[in-house]
Amino acid sequence: MSESAHIRVTVNGSPIECDVEPRMLLGDFLRTTLALTGTHFGCEHGVCGACTVIVNGDSTRSCLMFAVQADGGTVETVESLGTIDALHPLQEAFRTHHALQCGYCTPGMLMTALDLIRKRPLANDAEIRDGLSGNLCRCTGYQNIVIAVREAAKVIRASNL
Amino acid sequence: MLETTRPKLVGASVKRVEDPRLLTGQGAYTDDFRPNGMLHVGLVRSVHPFARIVHINTAEAKRMPGVIGIFTAADIDGAAKPILATSKMKEYRAVPLPILAKDTVHHVGEAVVAVVATSRYLAEDALRKVEIDYEPLAACTDPEEATRPSAPLVHPSLGSNIALAREFVRGDVPAAMAAAQVRVKGRFRFFRKAALALESRSYLAEFNGGRRELTLHTSTQVPGIVRESLAELLDLPGNSVRVIAPDVGGGFGAKTSVYPEEILVCVLARRLGKPVKYTSDRLEDLSSTSQAFDEVIDAELGVAADGTLLALSADVTGDVGAYSVYPWTAAIEPVQVVSFLPGPYRLANYLGKVRGVITPKVPLGPYRGVGRPVSTFVMERLIDMAAVKLGIDPVAMRLKNLVREDEFPYKVASGIVWDRSAFIECLDAACQKADYAALRTMQHAARAAGRWIGIGIASYAELTGIGSKIPAAPGMPVNTGTETATIRIDATGAVTAIFGVASHGQGLETTLAQIVADDLGVRMEDIRIIQGDTAGRAYVTGTYASRSTVLAGGAAKLAAGAVREKVMLAASHLMEAAVEDLDASNGIIFVRGTDRRMTFKELARKVYVEFSRLPKELQQELEATRLYDPVVGTTSSASHIAMVEVDPISYQVHVLRYVVAEDCGRVVNPMIVEGQVHGGVAQGIGAALLEEVVYSEDGQLMTGSLMDYVLPSATGIPMMDVLHVEAESPSTLGGFRGMGEGGTIGAPAAIANAVSDALSPLGIEINELPATPERIFRLVEQASKQKR
Ligand code: FES
Ligand code: FES
Repeated sequence: MSESAHIRVTVNGSPIECDVEPRMLLGDFLRTTLALTGTHFGCEHGVCGACTVIVNGDSTRSCLMFAVQADGGTVETVESLGTIDALHPLQEAFRTHHALQCGYCTPGMLMTALDLIRKRPLANDAEIRDGLSGNLCRCTGYQNIVIAVREAAKVIRASNL
Repeated sequence: MLETTRPKLVGASVKRVEDPRLLTGQGAYTDDFRPNGMLHVGLVRSVHPFARIVHINTAEAKRMPGVIGIFTAADIDGAAKPILATSKMKEYRAVPLPILAKDTVHHVGEAVVAVVATSRYLAEDALRKVEIDYEPLAACTDPEEATRPSAPLVHPSLGSNIALAREFVRGDVPAAMAAAQVRVKGRFRFFRKAALALESRSYLAEFNGGRRELTLHTSTQVPGIVRESLAELLDLPGNSVRVIAPDVGGGFGAKTSVYPEEILVCVLARRLGKPVKYTSDRLEDLSSTSQAFDEVIDAELGVAADGTLLALSADVTGDVGAYSVYPWTAAIEPVQVVSFLPGPYRLANYLGKVRGVITPKVPLGPYRGVGRPVSTFVMERLIDMAAVKLGIDPVAMRLKNLVREDEFPYKVASGIVWDRSAFIECLDAACQKADYAALRTMQHAARAAGRWIGIGIASYAELTGIGSKIPAAPGMPVNTGTETATIRIDATGAVTAIFGVASHGQGLETTLAQIVADDLGVRMEDIRIIQGDTAGRAYVTGTYASRSTVLAGGAAKLAAGAVREKVMLAASHLMEAAVEDLDASNGIIFVRGTDRRMTFKELARKVYVEFSRLPKELQQELEATRLYDPVVGTTSSASHIAMVEVDPISYQVHVLRYVVAEDCGRVVNPMIVEGQVHGGVAQGIGAALLEEVVYSEDGQLMTGSLMDYVLPSATGIPMMDVLHVEAESPSTLGGFRGMGEGGTIGAPAAIANAVSDALSPLGIEINELPATPERIFRLVEQASKQKR
């Protein structure tokens, strides 16, 4: 158990090099080793999507992946988006449309939505809902999340972000 | 004049103060805190529903890497008193809830052994090496069987499996039933449910031995109640215990009880002199966090030929699980079903009986709506059943019986008093918004084409913002009816407003700031709201039971008024103007009709720093603490309309249209209110169609993951229309009514009525929830067999 593996991974643009236990989940690595506590666990078995981050360009559940599997790759977490004073347009849309309440699902929701906006046309709400269906939110009833993603997609595409 | 044109913040959809931190990953939930030297607790939980603990072997586990200590009930004996939920109810029995199971386990998931290690991984490694020998005991998992004299007792010391029993009577039910032209009845069942906040329970205790000071970070809704408990159970003075609910990832009632693990981490931190954290995983959450509903209701409604309600009787059996939760007791859910069953209707004759039965399952506790999702489901089904029998439209049936404007205050058969609320107006508004007539036309056309489409209505009323005169749970020993606000302008002119509530998604840092800003005349950004922290508070509880806007809002108004008075007195002296000529807004105090002004910052400096220049009577801090007690509270009400379609192949129910019209009095922030309704309805739809905690007949938990316990996802919840209807202002300060729970109260009933309506051509009635595809399939099968 205690032997460790050496990994190199780029997290939110910063190169990280360190030793990790092979069994350490990517999510735990982010939360404990790197103190990036924006990524949350809601189930630790791949259903809720709260732990979603973007690994090598694809939204990924950080509770279903080991940190060693990210070796040589790139990871984007919620901390890579905007700042308190300069929110990312997607974050801004979540705020404007009240797409979060307790905020616990929010980082995962944002990362999934970002991946959707980057890759899918999101031509209608049904497509947005389908894309978000792997991320559970217990507070909002999804309505405002759908609206926020719809509106953010417009803004982001218009400004080519 | 610029200052006076500023629109009021109360009533505006102000963007939330909380959001920037939560959106950027800078929210701080309990598990995010990692003090130096922190240890982790892993728990070995019972795999048996009911068994004697014969032997525990921890020798091998103790040798595992990183293990600091292993603790059984015997090892922590005497370190904390057990949790006992007492009640003033006449027929009520409870045993203390142990911190770790002692000789017997009483449900799958009960904690037996605590493993403390340097990391969560190592704690989990070691807990697999703990060996526990059990001797399984015979038990009844069916509540009705468990009441039989021959049934084995879950807690033999109680002498019965009946935890509580109560009866409400008004009028003469047998006579009124006999006179009723139409009687409808049924056996209704709402299966067990989990609150399932997305953040599972997490606790972090730090004990400073030198100062004898305990600090607990906890994912709770009730830091105040937890502090009182810790002080009592650990025998510490209140001034040595600080309980902080930091950012909390939802609660929905299940985080309002004091949990054994909350006490355990404190005991261990004190014992080990290190910070100790426990974070539950989802399986632990589903097998140890309090659950909801699980009632069987035999109910009958008697109605006159013209649709007038004459009599109602109900017999409720609730499965309350193995223990009574603190402080709410096992009575909270089932008793509220009978208390609220008559609903918002005029009804002279009522007989309501309830029993809560102990079984070896997770304890039942408060869940969003408490009792009322179930009572509304039953009552609204009965009303629809009667309407069908009489050939009256369900809307007309309700309009005929809803308490009318001139009848308020109206005393319900169970003793609850409704103050004036927009019962009828809400139903009218919902029908108008949904275009009820058009929905019916659509339904006829769809039905003619063979589709299973139905419309369901639910009207309900609830008591919110409950004051000190009535306990929030029947017979409970804790005062939940007061709230205290301290508002302070410091020497820099900044405002701090401190409350006892504990927001866990409701946005109280925003709504309370809106109220304070308006009443004080400052800007939102001048205010910091402190809540969810017991530091320096005399008595606080937290956020639950749709209380926070009413109680904290009222306390905010009182304290802000007192501070403003002090500000104006000082300003009057400093600006040489009469108090009556002064006003404040946007952080500026001004003499009306002139350009004389002074900022709060300037004023605060003069008051605190140039103190000696003030006349004696003005030498005082710009601070006030005020307690608010709404005494009885106020009524909130709503009507929901749902249109659904049942898929004839998958038997899945699709919600096509959803409209809510609700009266929560004066709306502080419409955006937040709508969000609460959306979320509440989504949970209600989940309860109606998907979510079910399943136990096998022998008491094993079958739904231990989110694969088995299914929550609604984005594809299962429709867009909703939410309307605010305001009747006359209630007597609460500010005119606020509570509304956090409402969505969950109305939705199961509306959906059950809609699915029943959709399947009415087959003669099917939905009297069991959740109406899962499997249940609907069986009902359809049965109906078609009967036809053949
Ligand atoms: S925590 Fe990873 S999917 Fe739930
Ligand atoms: S905002 Fe609470 S779970 Fe989504």
